[in-house]
Amino acid sequence: MAIAERPAAPIPEPRGVLASALAMLWRDKLACIAAVYLLLIALCAIFGPALLGNVGTGLNLQMRNAPPGSIEQGWTFIFGADALGRPILPRIVIAAQNTLGVATAAVLTSMIIGGLLGLIAGYSGGWLAVVIMRFADIVMSFPSLLLAVVVLYVFEPRVANLVLVLAITRMPVYIRTTRAEVLEIRERMYVSAARVLGASTGRILARHIAPLVVPTLITVATLDFAFVMLAESALSFLGIGIQPPEVTWGLMVAQGRNYLSSAWWLAFFPGLAIMLTTLALNLLSGWVRLATDPEQRWRLEIKKRRHA
Amino acid sequence: MGSFIARRSAQSLIALVGLVVAVFFLARLTGDPTNLYLPIDASVEAREEFRAKYGFDDPLIVQFGRFLGDLGTGDLGESIRKSRPALEVVLEAMPTTLKLAGITMGLALALAIVIGSLAAYRPGGAFDRIASVISLLGASAPDFWIAISGIILFAVTLNWLPTSGMGPPIYWVMPIAVLLVRPFGLLVQVVRGAMIGALSSAYVKTARAKGVREERVIFVHALRNSMLAVITVASDQAAGLVNGAVIVETVFGFPGVGKLMIDAIIQRDFALIQASIIVTAIAIFALNILVDIAYAMLDPRIRHH
Repeated sequence: MAIAERPAAPIPEPRGVLASALAMLWRDKLACIAAVYLLLIALCAIFGPALLGNVGTGLNLQMRNAPPGSIEQGWTFIFGADALGRPILPRIVIAAQNTLGVATAAVLTSMIIGGLLGLIAGYSGGWLAVVIMRFADIVMSFPSLLLAVVVLYVFEPRVANLVLVLAITRMPVYIRTTRAEVLEIRERMYVSAARVLGASTGRILARHIAPLVVPTLITVATLDFAFVMLAESALSFLGIGIQPPEVTWGLMVAQGRNYLSSAWWLAFFPGLAIMLTTLALNLLSGWVRLATDPEQRWRLEIKKRRHA
Repeated sequence: MGSFIARRSAQSLIALVGLVVAVFFLARLTGDPTNLYLPIDASVEAREEFRAKYGFDDPLIVQFGRFLGDLGTGDLGESIRKSRPALEVVLEAMPTTLKLAGITMGLALALAIVIGSLAAYRPGGAFDRIASVISLLGASAPDFWIAISGIILFAVTLNWLPTSGMGPPIYWVMPIAVLLVRPFGLLVQVVRGAMIGALSSAYVKTARAKGVREERVIFVHALRNSMLAVITVASDQAAGLVNGAVIVETVFGFPGVGKLMIDAIIQRDFALIQASIIVTAIAIFALNILVDIAYAMLDPRIRHH
C-alpha cells in the first residue's frame, strides 16, 4: 500500500520497469489475485511431482471413492479420493506439470514458428507468402479438434506429438498477426534508411522489425495459453491426448466420468482447476493488454490519483 | 460484388482441395485396417481377400486416383463398419449436428447482442460488471467439464433432465446449454467492445441531437455498425462449434457428425472419416462464403473495393 499512499508527482520517481509493473498490478485487485493463483499453480507444476512423489500414485483400497471435505486421513484427502483410493488433491498438483508443460511448449512452438513464417510472408511477399497464408487459411477454417484427432491417430499420442499438433492448430494466429505488423513496419522510414545503408535482409528482419513485433506476439501468446490448455484438456478428455499412467487435468475428468452418479468429486475438482486457471489467465492477459497499451494505461493509473 | 464473392469462393475451393488431399494421406497413415476388422487368427487368404475387396492392396497412388475419380461422381466410398455408402451415413447424422449448432448459434447471437449492448450502454456500471464476469466465466470454462457438472447437478442430483441420448426437446436442453456457453461468453465481449466504440461516435451524437429515440439509436444506428466485428467472431466460432459438437455429442450420446467422426477415427473407417470431414469442411466453407456476403451487404465499403 506504500505506493498507493505516495502522492502522485507529475514526474514519477525513476523506478525499475518490474517495480512499476508490480505497483500497477497491486492496484487491480482481481488481476492481482489471478497472478498469485497462477504463481501458485506454476510452483505446483515445477515442484509438485518432486515434492509429493508417491503420494498421488499410492493405491489405498480402503479409501476408494472417499468423499471430499474430511481430513481424518490427512490433508491430502480434502478433495476425496478416486476409484483406486488415490487422493485427488495431490494428483491435481502433480497433473499441473503435464497440463501446463504441454500448453507452454505448444504456445512457445507456435509463437516461434508462426512468428517466423509471418515474418517471411510479410517481408518477402511473392509465392512463398501466398503458400504460407493459404496454409494459415486451411488450418484456420477447419475445426482444430478434428485436425488434432486425425493427426494424433496417425502418430501415437505421445507428448511431443500432442505439443506439435496443438502448435500447428494455433499457428495461423501468429502468422497473421506478425504479417500484418511487418507489412506496416517495413514501410517505415528507418527501415528504408537501413536498407539504403546496405543492411542485409536478415539484419533488417532481426534488428529492425522483429523487436517491434515481439511484444505483440507475447500479448497474443498470453491470451492463447488459456485456449491451448482447454484444447489439450479436451483431447485428453476424449482419450486421445496424454495416456495413463501419466496424468493431466483433462484425463482426470475423463476418468471420473464413469463415477458421476456415485462420486461426483472425481470429475469435478480437476475440471475446476482447469476452469480457474483459464479464468486467471484471461483476467491477467486482459490486464496485460491494458497495461502495455499506452492509450489505455490511464485506466489503470487513474486510481492512483484518486488514492492520493 | 459478384467478382468479390467469386474470388472468395475460389480461395475456399483451393483450401478445400488441400484439405481433401491431406485427409486422404493422413487417414492412410493410421495403419492397416485389416488387422482391426479380421480376427487375429484369420488366414492369409482371408486377409488378401479383405484387402482386395476394399482396394487396400493397390499402390497408394492408385488408391488416391480412384478416390478422386469417385469423388467426382459424388461417391465417397463405403463405410466398412456400417457396410453402407459413407456419404449416406454422414448425411443421416448431419441434421442433428446442424440443428444443434444452428439453435446454439442463434441463441448465442441473440443473447450476446442484447446483453452486450446493454452492458455497453453504461460501461463500468453494475450491469456491465456483472455481464463482464459472466462472459469471462463462459469464455474460460471447459465445455466437457460444464457437460459433466450439468449431468451431476441436473440429471443425477435433481433428476430434472435426462443424462444422455436423443429424443423429445427435453433431451436437447443440456447439450444446447453446454454448447452455448463459450460462444456466448466471447460474443458478449465482442458486442460490448464494438458497441462502446459505436456509441461514442459522431453519427450517434448526431442521431441523439436530432431527437432519435434512444432504443433506435442503440439497436439500429450503433448496432448495425457493430455487426461487422460480431459476424467475424461468430463465423470463427462456427468452426469452433464443431469442436464443441464433438465433445457434447460424445458426452451426451447424440448421433451427430461429431460423434460419427470420433468413432470413425477410432475404428479406422477410412471412407467414413473422409466423407465426414469433407462434408463438414464444405459446410464450413459455405458458411464462410455466406459470411462474406453478409459483410458486403452490411458494409458498402467492402462492396466497392
